[in-house]
Amino acid sequence: MSGNKQWVRITPVQNIPLREGRSVSVGGREIAIFNLGNRFLAVDGRCPHKGGPLAEGIVTGTIVVCPLHAWKINLETGCAAKADVNPACVATYQTRVESGIVLIELPEPSGAEQGNPSLFGEQNWPASSDSPSTSPA
Amino acid sequence: MMQKLVVVGNGMAGVACVEQILKHAPKFEITIFGDETHVNYNRILLSSVLAGEKVADEIVLNGLEWYRKHEIELRLGVRIVDVDSERKTVTGDDGSVTPFDKLLVATGSTPLIPPMEGVKKEGVFVFRNLDDTRCLLDYAGPGKKAVVIGGGLLGLEAARGLQVQGCDVTVVHLMDTLMERQLDFTGGSYLKAKMECLGVKVLLERNTTAILGNGRATGVALKNGETVEADFVVIAAGIRPNAELGRKAGLHVNRGIVVNDYMETSNPDIFAVGECVEHNGICYGLLAPLLEQGKVLAATITGNRGPVYGGTVQAAKLKIMGVDVFSAGNFSEKAAGTDAIRYEDPALGTYKKLTVRDGKLAGVILVGDTSDSHRYMEWLRAQTDLTAMRRQLLFPGPGDDAGLDVAEMADSKIVCGCNGVTKATIIQAVHEKGINTLAQLKDCTRASTGCGSCTEVCQQLLKAVAPEFQEEAKKSLCKCIPFPEGKLREILRSQRLRSVQEVLEIYGNGVGCEVCKPALSYMLDMLWCGDHDEDRSARFINDRVHANIQKDGTFSVVPRIRGGVTSAKELRRIADVAEKYNVRMVKITGSQRIDLLGVKKADLPSIWADLGMPSGQAYTKGVRMVKTCVGTDFCRFGVQDSTKAGIELERRLENLYTPHKLKMGAVGCPRNCAEATVKDIGLVGQEGTWQVVVGGAAGKKVRKADLLITVESTEEALQAATLFFQHYRENANYLERTYDFVERVGIEKVRRETVYAPLAVQQGLRERLRKSKRIARDAWLEGDTPRHPTQFVQIEPLEKVPA
Repeated sequence: MSGNKQWVRITPVQNIPLREGRSVSVGGREIAIFNLGNRFLAVDGRCPHKGGPLAEGIVTGTIVVCPLHAWKINLETGCAAKADVNPACVATYQTRVESGIVLIELPEPSGAEQGNPSLFGEQNWPASSDSPSTSPA
Repeated sequence: MMQKLVVVGNGMAGVACVEQILKHAPKFEITIFGDETHVNYNRILLSSVLAGEKVADEIVLNGLEWYRKHEIELRLGVRIVDVDSERKTVTGDDGSVTPFDKLLVATGSTPLIPPMEGVKKEGVFVFRNLDDTRCLLDYAGPGKKAVVIGGGLLGLEAARGLQVQGCDVTVVHLMDTLMERQLDFTGGSYLKAKMECLGVKVLLERNTTAILGNGRATGVALKNGETVEADFVVIAAGIRPNAELGRKAGLHVNRGIVVNDYMETSNPDIFAVGECVEHNGICYGLLAPLLEQGKVLAATITGNRGPVYGGTVQAAKLKIMGVDVFSAGNFSEKAAGTDAIRYEDPALGTYKKLTVRDGKLAGVILVGDTSDSHRYMEWLRAQTDLTAMRRQLLFPGPGDDAGLDVAEMADSKIVCGCNGVTKATIIQAVHEKGINTLAQLKDCTRASTGCGSCTEVCQQLLKAVAPEFQEEAKKSLCKCIPFPEGKLREILRSQRLRSVQEVLEIYGNGVGCEVCKPALSYMLDMLWCGDHDEDRSARFINDRVHANIQKDGTFSVVPRIRGGVTSAKELRRIADVAEKYNVRMVKITGSQRIDLLGVKKADLPSIWADLGMPSGQAYTKGVRMVKTCVGTDFCRFGVQDSTKAGIELERRLENLYTPHKLKMGAVGCPRNCAEATVKDIGLVGQEGTWQVVVGGAAGKKVRKADLLITVESTEEALQAATLFFQHYRENANYLERTYDFVERVGIEKVRRETVYAPLAVQQGLRERLRKSKRIARDAWLEGDTPRHPTQFVQIEPLEKVPA
């Protein structure tokens, strides 16, 4: 399992409109953050299919539809819906809101050279640290 | 000689029973009497007809060819008024006397009219058959006030159907909770909240005493002194068995015609099935039991007496889009040893309750989420011991939560509860009869012809086992909002809905998808001529930032160059912009325009400002351009000023959205250099005239445009083109190009509704186009005044962390 995690202040909540996403570069990652009305969800910003910018997709429920080829990524698990190949997933990140600021939880830089799935994402995986492919295809 | 079987009643129960009888030997000479003038149709789906989701033809269960094929004499529009059980004859209201050897009474039930004054007035309806439904549809319409008396299953379905038709509906119910026979008080409250959220008013504990009005209904009076205004009234206060014929035949009749477990009445030659019978003190009003009865009766009447009918677990499902209600078994908690297990979430509008007795499921209520109804029904039917599953009754364990896996379903499992069709029957039919479509499966097994709730499972089974399964032609917009687009446009207009989210919440699943959201966005923009609550989140990224997304996430920028005519000054600015922003490629497009490719989103506003040119809308389903030739100005052959006409046409239509992209062309002579005859709209110059052509294509498909009209002046040509333009905008389905639209509708009809339409129609089209045009503006102006502070901005994190 990865090392420590840290909460990083990203942006005021009003910067991400309802049912839209915005992309942010932080800690060497490109992360897409979505406003679902009652919460924010964050995933790695590039579609596992052909690297499409997920932050620009249409949000339907807890799914974002990649603007390039309409792959559907579940924002809670990071996984593509109905991917007939082996699970194609992006990393997910925990979020919270504090004094009107969206924060996301990133791994500490030490020792984490690859996007680590957050706790939330891990629940969907067998207990093995290397199972999900978290980098863009 | 073959025995004569006379069937009184051409409804679902009677005909389903005849279908079963046909499977047995010996054969009968069959005559069916129906007092309606229709072949057997699915009564359960009348609410869908009322709501406009289906048309009458779609709910037919047995077409005329079925009766013919089985040599059944069908006598429609004849009501049997008497039975002589001594002489064994029936008498019709047409005076006919028909002899029988065996008689099957399947007269169903009639609506219960509670005692009140004025029920004979004009504008008072029941909701029982196709004719009632048609009358209601005639009366219903936007702004009409309707009162529905009765808050049961049928009353609520009628209310919702009328509300979809644009009526202002009030449900008046006698009891203190809706659907009290199927729901407990809490379940009823959730349902009431949901109905009110959809815009149906609900008045509980109100006793209607009279229908007001002088000859014609104008409202209802309630016992507490209140009155409710209405343009028409629907009485849906329940049904009573139509057992009169049984009495006349001298049968044992209580509430209904009494039958035993073999479905025999007190007369060995007279049988009864369906809503008109009473078995073990129960008169059933739902489909599944009636079909089970029919199977037993078929065995008995053909001399194969053996199977018995042991009563049915009653299950009911409310068939209202967006209101999921399911109830089965006994939900009362009063019996000793009964545990009630509940879950509710007011925010989601979800309520679930199970009653468990002796470790087995006794009853279930589901409001707001009925996705598990199949599982509970199976537990009820099989009386499964739930002791081991006690922790997962309301929430299945992770392994069971992956939806229904048809491969794992047991063969004996009933897929279609209404018709009692098992998985094995379906698979066998697929293999033996070579079934490939849902329609064939319905014909062959009857699965999915009842309430329709198993359609999805049937489709999955077909997909899994049928070699060449073809899904039914797509009729509705998408799964999220199951209405055909024409219907949706009507709904949005009549209900004055102005935002995508509102539409999805009231008429759809509340969530939508990448198909319906942009489609609804377009419809709202078109219907309200741009005056609506535009929800950018419902639109594709291109329409959020007014540029075309490329495979690497950068954008392309195409300024408007009307008619393909530019200037040295403009070209210089374009060149400067290309250099300043390191544009990766500058491309002359096929549309006589210039495309700047590889632009970052954050640079869009400043590029637009530097260009100083309006948006060419090259990224959207909207007006693209008018391609022109040089016409009379320079060309030796030109006979019309196509450049000027093309630029003017572009000016008149630019900045508007259309169902799909719209490309135009104008040429000064029939040599067609700017390819106007393969454009959505083309102007083709001739000596002294213009031909206006529409529906051309040179894309995935190549199609020569059809001639709309030939006119003399340029102004007339522009008028004809814009009439067609607005007609297409208002009537095409989303993502339907003009060439598909014109082919689907036919050019004659298009002409009739545009250039040859009555003046008032033409004026209407022009007025709505003018209105849209007044509001439409160059999208690139948003570069200066963004709709949202971060519309084009790359967000920088407040905190920097090392990589």
